[in-house]
Amino acid sequence: MTNEVKISTKNVDVFYGDNHAIKDVSVDILKNTVTAFIGPSGCGKSTFLRCLNRMNDTIDSCKITGELLMDGEDIYAKSVDPVQLRAKVGMVFQKPNPFPKSIFDNVAYGPRIHGLVGNKTDLEEVVETSLRRAAIWNEVKDRLDAPGTSLSGGQQQRLCIARAIATAPEVLLMDEPASSLDPIATAQIEELIDELRNNYSVVIVTHSMQQAARVSQKTAFFHMGDMVEYGDTTAIFTNPVDQRTQDYITGRFG
Amino acid sequence: MLALTALLIVGLAIGFFILSRAKAISVSQGALANLHSRPSYHGTYVMLWVVIVGLALLLVLMLGGNAYLDAKFLGDIRAALPDARDIEIDLVLSDVKAIAAGLVSSRIDPLREATAIDFATADAVRIWATVAISLGGALLAGVLGMRQISAEWRARNRSERIIVGILWLSAAVAVLTTLGIVLSLIFETFNFFASIGWRVDKFLFGTRWSPLSGVQDGMMDMDKVGAVPLFAGTLMITGIAMLVAVPIGLFAAIYLSEFASPKVRLWAKPMLEILAGIPTVVYGFFAAITVAPFIRNAGEAIGLSVASESALAAGIVMGVMIIPFISSLSDDVINAVPQSLRDGSYGLGATKAETIRQVVLPAALPGIVSAILLGVSRAIGETMIVVMAAGQGANLTANPLEAVTTVTVQIVMLITGDTEASTAAGPAFTLAFTLFCITLALNIFALRFVRKYREKYD
Amino acid sequence: MISMTELSKIHNSPESAARLKKRRAAEWRLKAYGIMAITLAGAALVTLMWSVVGKAAGAFTESYITLPVYLAADEIDPDGTGERAIIGRANFGGVTKDALKDAFPFVKSRGDKRAMYDIISGGAAFELRELTMADPAIIGQTIDFRFLASDIADLYLKGSYGDLVEQNAGGTLTVQSDGKTAVVTSSTTDFAFVMARVKSDLLAKAAFNRDQAALQENGRAVFTQRGDLDEAAKREAARDRLLGVAEELEARAALDGGREALDKNSPSVLVRMGETWVKLTEVSATGGEGKIIGVLDSGVRAAGDWQVYLQDLPEASRKVSDLQIVLIENLRSAGAVETVFSKRFFMAGDSREPELAGIWGAAVGSFWTMLVTILLAFPIGVMAAIYLEEFAKKNWVNTFIEVNINNLAAVPSIVYGLLGLAIFLGFFGVPRSAPLAGGIVLAVMTLPTIIIASRAAMAAVPPSIRDAALGIGASKLQTALHHVLPLSMPGILTGTIIGMARALGETAPLIMIGMVAFIVDVPTGVMDSATVLPVQIYRWSDFPERAFEARTSAAILVLLVFLIFMNGLAVFLRKRFERRW
Repeated sequence: MTNEVKISTKNVDVFYGDNHAIKDVSVDILKNTVTAFIGPSGCGKSTFLRCLNRMNDTIDSCKITGELLMDGEDIYAKSVDPVQLRAKVGMVFQKPNPFPKSIFDNVAYGPRIHGLVGNKTDLEEVVETSLRRAAIWNEVKDRLDAPGTSLSGGQQQRLCIARAIATAPEVLLMDEPASSLDPIATAQIEELIDELRNNYSVVIVTHSMQQAARVSQKTAFFHMGDMVEYGDTTAIFTNPVDQRTQDYITGRFG
Repeated sequence: MLALTALLIVGLAIGFFILSRAKAISVSQGALANLHSRPSYHGTYVMLWVVIVGLALLLVLMLGGNAYLDAKFLGDIRAALPDARDIEIDLVLSDVKAIAAGLVSSRIDPLREATAIDFATADAVRIWATVAISLGGALLAGVLGMRQISAEWRARNRSERIIVGILWLSAAVAVLTTLGIVLSLIFETFNFFASIGWRVDKFLFGTRWSPLSGVQDGMMDMDKVGAVPLFAGTLMITGIAMLVAVPIGLFAAIYLSEFASPKVRLWAKPMLEILAGIPTVVYGFFAAITVAPFIRNAGEAIGLSVASESALAAGIVMGVMIIPFISSLSDDVINAVPQSLRDGSYGLGATKAETIRQVVLPAALPGIVSAILLGVSRAIGETMIVVMAAGQGANLTANPLEAVTTVTVQIVMLITGDTEASTAAGPAFTLAFTLFCITLALNIFALRFVRKYREKYD
Repeated sequence: MISMTELSKIHNSPESAARLKKRRAAEWRLKAYGIMAITLAGAALVTLMWSVVGKAAGAFTESYITLPVYLAADEIDPDGTGERAIIGRANFGGVTKDALKDAFPFVKSRGDKRAMYDIISGGAAFELRELTMADPAIIGQTIDFRFLASDIADLYLKGSYGDLVEQNAGGTLTVQSDGKTAVVTSSTTDFAFVMARVKSDLLAKAAFNRDQAALQENGRAVFTQRGDLDEAAKREAARDRLLGVAEELEARAALDGGREALDKNSPSVLVRMGETWVKLTEVSATGGEGKIIGVLDSGVRAAGDWQVYLQDLPEASRKVSDLQIVLIENLRSAGAVETVFSKRFFMAGDSREPELAGIWGAAVGSFWTMLVTILLAFPIGVMAAIYLEEFAKKNWVNTFIEVNINNLAAVPSIVYGLLGLAIFLGFFGVPRSAPLAGGIVLAVMTLPTIIIASRAAMAAVPPSIRDAALGIGASKLQTALHHVLPLSMPGILTGTIIGMARALGETAPLIMIGMVAFIVDVPTGVMDSATVLPVQIYRWSDFPERAFEARTSAAILVLLVFLIFMNGLAVFLRKRFERRW
């Protein structure tokens, strides 16, 4: 864990039409760190996550104000192409969403569209590396031509992580990546997240406090669009400052 | 007369409804709770039987009686004119009917007049017998039904069962329709093939189509029934239509579902719906009056000779007709591709175009293919545009600027032409049967595709 | 092994930026294709509508020619009975012709007379007859009667054959007449415009001949190369002949002054002097010679007392002759011509004469046909849908029925026509051409649409409603009829209206069962012979008379108005009543 800031956000507000979804949030995402966003459903943690790679751009009614910087550069600057940004800030979704293509083509998708590698051998290597990193290589190495949809739920999610890794991002956003998975698959994903920390900044949204405690070093607690508390995970879970955080982690609501 | 009888039967049924309900009330001895079914169900039960028995008898006797009379008098006339041909005997019979009904007949002679008197008598007997038997049957059904009424009688369950039976019959009309289509087409197809000595290959692979020019003693010249020019013409016009409709329809669907603002969608979608709602005869007129002359003039301007009924004109207009068909079906399947797949692609930094080309379209491909297949089936079966704007002579050519004819055009020409119906029906119905089989196969194939696709995402 | 961290640096490289530009361009292209596709579809729709609407206007007006007509008692009702039957047998066609002869006594030759009669519709005599039968008191009088103009006169008045354009003429005109033909000479070159036109035509002809000669020259060269000298010589001769013709034409065109003949294939030049006209057959820059239409003596006309007109379309390319134009123009100058709104188009049945043909018969035929269709298709369709949605168990019979319905929806409509021909006409003996037959065929064709739409509407009713009804002891049938059916009615009606709209525009199957026959009478029931609007459109589109083009377009317009109304109703029902659960 370093203290180098990868993404810094200051006074961010998000509106959906008239709905004030995120209120004055300031968080720093550190390099080689797993940051967890926790909070009850509807608290805005996923919305905030989607601001970090401009996935909210696809929603017309969404307005964002405030300062979001990655490596000191404004994410929302006119000169920044969201397509380029998303190549650097990869994303894994709540429900596994493999493309209706082969396993190989799923992982090769990112490298191909971004032109990361020049030849087939390199591409195969990138695919293998990504699948290995996502800890699924051994399960799929003999059937790379099989459709991605033929895998089990946990395997599909790891495939989606491999797909995100293959694009060679610097930051990896994960929106409740284990919520639709069984405990064994969840454990595998968590182990994987811990490993990924070595190479990427990882931001994970989760509603499971145990999961946050297990995988993250930093935790931000969201409530009704406010970011209530942000700090070291151990501190938040053992010694929360705010009453609402305490209520949440002791199970009074959520 | 017979319509009046049907009305009488309905009246009778209403009467029985009232009677039966009254009887049920009296059976209940003042306490309706004693009855298993409410009185109006007793009424309904008897009423249903009266209507069903009465109308069924009426229908059967009407059709059967007509057929019987026709057969009997045809036999009589044949006995009187042993040397006459079938068609002459038919003519005599229709004259006899005309004389009997007091209308103008083609000729009047003693045979016709005598037979007409017989016919008028027999026809009167038939009508009165039909009326009497169906009314009697209805009455009997009513009386028998009323005898059933008692406190324990489960009139509700029984009448509901009858009604569900009627509902089932309505659904079975679809099967009857298919059966009717297949039987009528097969019957004439059989006759036609018999008239060319079962050389089906001559029909399927022959290249000269002029079936009515070589008819002799009920046999056709098997060298003039080659349908290849028709198939080729249909294929060419369909091909041109799809060249117009598929790119325009598909790109329109992609644009509307992925790029267009709600405002654009608001007027573009109704526009496509209007295009879909225009009757084909209007498209035909447009093709013949506006598009064909335009193409001919444009061709002449660059030194090409273009037939005034070119395949190109008919094909282009047919393509315009099919655009909304392709676009709305494609729009549906593109919208059915889950948003999560698009998000997955955007999340990796793909542009919209890359997402559409590499994720959305492959996922929607089966649906799009089936939409195209259904469009092809439409184009093959389309009649008015080609009747009004394509050629009539069977011309085997690969040049879209020449006039070609199609299967549907030939069916219309054969059926509406001057040739005797019994001769022209053979080739016409055979062509229609071919058409039916092709469109059916395309449709089944397309539905399979869609079902496979649905299984994947639902 | 590739380092992913190294790889990620590519995202910030200039290559990546260049690549991104290309990727964005590809996106822009895809979007452009989409906009192009929508624009093309829109352009097709606009062109279609414009070409229909633009042609339709002519059908909504008709022209009348008012002439004094003498209703001679000894011809119409010699005995003065005043009986309708006797008056009805009189020769009103002759009376009409006499009225024209009186108006234009100078028209003498048989051909000219026939042309003159042709400016009035054949139907006008019948209207005169009706008028006389209704009011026998006018017999023996001379009345002003509004004769319906014929189609060609009507089209000319509406400008369909181009306009008669007045040219500048400033000279004094000297006329030498022999009664039939006249030589006219102007003091200035008032006819130079004709010479210019004729000369440019000559040059065009010369150019054509030169093109042909060039082709022959090609042939000559090819045959010479092959050594076939005989053929080459033939080509050479042909070439020289064509070149000769071209040179002669060019010489004629180059000549100042001179005279040129005008024939049926040249534009018409008409000199007008009051009611009398001269149609020029030969022309020079200052005058010409031509046929007198009217009565004309030799003499001199001051500038302003005569005009010269050009009709650009040659006589051979139009149905209305120069004589007819002159007669119509004279009538127009006399204020005897009017063009008014045509009620007839909406109130009349079919006719072979375009100016008499209307759509009322077809509209009524459509009404009866649709009545039969909806009476059959709606109840059967809804009952079938209730069965399939609420009662059908999953077994092979019901699956078979469902597959059948889906396939029937894709069967070409013409096949339904043949079904009607073989089964309903051939087997059940339904009369040919009757709305009953058409209605049955369209009902069978529409059934799948109604069943599928009704089932979708019923399937949208949530199961909780069925459970609630069944829970309080209603039978399955009561649940279906009392709860599901009323709730799904808006959806069912929407589907039915859309199905009916399609049936209303359907043509091919009705042609198969003989509804394409020529029927003048308006049908009074489902057993009468009838035709329907779309078939009427098809028939009219096939007629050679030009006036039918406008009527076809107008009939299409009427049909489209009905269809838009029906579809609008469906949209309204859907918006207003359909519930989202």
